[in-house]
Amino acid sequence: MATTEKRLEVLKTYKIYIGGQFPRTESGRYYLATNSKKEKLANICLSSRKDFRDAVSAARGAFGGWSGRAAFNRGQILYRIAEMLEGRKAQFVDELMKQDADKAQAEKEVNLCIDRLIYYSGWCDKFQQLFSTVNPVASSHFNFSNPEPTGVVAAIAPQENSLLGIVSLIAPIIAGGNTCVVLASNTKPLCAVTFAEVLNSSDLPGGVVNILTGKIAELAPYFADHMDVNATVYCETDAATQNMIKEKSALNVKRVVLYDKVKWNDATAQSPYFIMDLQEIKTTWHPIENIGGAKAGY
Amino acid sequence: MIANKIIPNFSSPAHVDQVGIEERASRFTKRSIKNESKVNGLKLALNMIDLTTLEGKDTQGKVKQLCYKAQHLHDVYPGLPTVAAVCVYPSMVKTAKTALGNSGIKVASVATAFPSGQAPRDVKIRDTKYAVQNGADEVDMVISRGKFLEGEYNFVFDEIAAIKEACGAARLKVILETGELVTYDKVRKASDIAMYAGADFIKTSTGKISPAATMPVTLVMLEAIRDFYYKTGKKIAMKPAGGISKAKLALHYLVMLNEVLGEDWMNNEWFRFGASSLANDILMQLMKQRTGVYQSANYFSID
Repeated sequence: MATTEKRLEVLKTYKIYIGGQFPRTESGRYYLATNSKKEKLANICLSSRKDFRDAVSAARGAFGGWSGRAAFNRGQILYRIAEMLEGRKAQFVDELMKQDADKAQAEKEVNLCIDRLIYYSGWCDKFQQLFSTVNPVASSHFNFSNPEPTGVVAAIAPQENSLLGIVSLIAPIIAGGNTCVVLASNTKPLCAVTFAEVLNSSDLPGGVVNILTGKIAELAPYFADHMDVNATVYCETDAATQNMIKEKSALNVKRVVLYDKVKWNDATAQSPYFIMDLQEIKTTWHPIENIGGAKAGY
Repeated sequence: MIANKIIPNFSSPAHVDQVGIEERASRFTKRSIKNESKVNGLKLALNMIDLTTLEGKDTQGKVKQLCYKAQHLHDVYPGLPTVAAVCVYPSMVKTAKTALGNSGIKVASVATAFPSGQAPRDVKIRDTKYAVQNGADEVDMVISRGKFLEGEYNFVFDEIAAIKEACGAARLKVILETGELVTYDKVRKASDIAMYAGADFIKTSTGKISPAATMPVTLVMLEAIRDFYYKTGKKIAMKPAGGISKAKLALHYLVMLNEVLGEDWMNNEWFRFGASSLANDILMQLMKQRTGVYQSANYFSID
């Protein structure tokens, strides 16, 4: 008997990523992601401010452990993320193609993401030496400055890329020892959620990266005024939103980083300066007996 | 003292509907409490806290700092209530009493070889008297769980009665340590024994054993209080302690209290939370309601 039965495809449920778990939004709201041909791609969580609140407390909880890890170990974990991404390349290429990229573009974007993770993996235990200084002072002190992570970073990813934007944004944030809550691209959210699965299967502790999907206009004010967030990153050019973020961030003197001119496909979109954007410089005065050239100083 | 004739026969088993209790307790978590009601509920919960430090490493400095916190929970928020009491070890009662002065905040002291309760009765009585003589307004005793589990209910009853006598004017809270009693039946029986023996409060846990206070176990005890009230006309207070560290959970408890015992119990004479980190979470929620902005623990005093 000839069977013409067609198998029902099992579609993926795209959920958000908070504290190493994949919950649905607490609000129970969803929006439909489509491509330029108006094809339905998936129902995506429309995250609420409460999801953001939960994500911030997960990020705060993870900060001590992540920032306290050996820099070399952070490098190993970033490398591991790259390895995992390499293994799931086909899935990302497929998702990018659903979201309007052609095959060559999609493959290029995924490769670039993997290379970028490897790049920042290498920087994890090297940027500190490069940006630390020993400062000349006019007293018997050994005076040195070195970078330390800012803390919990709330970042709004670039809208134009599904994967490259979010990877390029997250890698330097966590390479520097910060933890983060990232709002994925609203129009192209698929790869961000799948990337969360990659993060979850690498050795990254839960809570270091939290990924939400939803509307910028709804969530940006909370990204900027939450008292337990130490820095806000915004990658779009909308001047009103930029000003709102700057104003609200003043409440607890958050660091505000605006990446409105970065071309994420370009080689200029990766450098240790992206790590340094979310570092604080700590200067230490250490008393010593003598700093003369002829005598033993320190 | 309750007349002998109405003391029930404790050797007959108590029957608590486990599934029913758990279902009912979970219903209380489904109420929606917003805006003004939420603020009022949070302030009430704050006012019911026994701010607690019960560590081997407690120092006079730590207790003084806790007493200061009890009186100045968050000074940038005007009109906040204080907590109900500060709860310490007997050796710290004098320090706490001095530090609290005439603030109206009570000093509660654990006693009777807290937390294990494994000591002879005369030691427990001396422990209690020491706390009361140093100025404790309330005494938190632990029952002898070992004896209770052996079925020596008379021993437990007599012990509570003896400690009640040693307390004098101080109110007696009887800690059942429900985590060690395991079943709801035993919790119900221990509650009944404590109330008939003269407890002013029944309290779930020491905070040293997990699980500590849970909503179902508190519900069993609240129902015991209700039944005791119907039988004797005497009100008994309730204190869940241990593991209640979030404002939202505290509100769930208040809902449960209101729906089981009613408004007469909705004040700090008849209900307390034994907690240390709960106060800060409530303060953060209150500040969130006031400013509209999610708060950070960095801006609140440590407990």
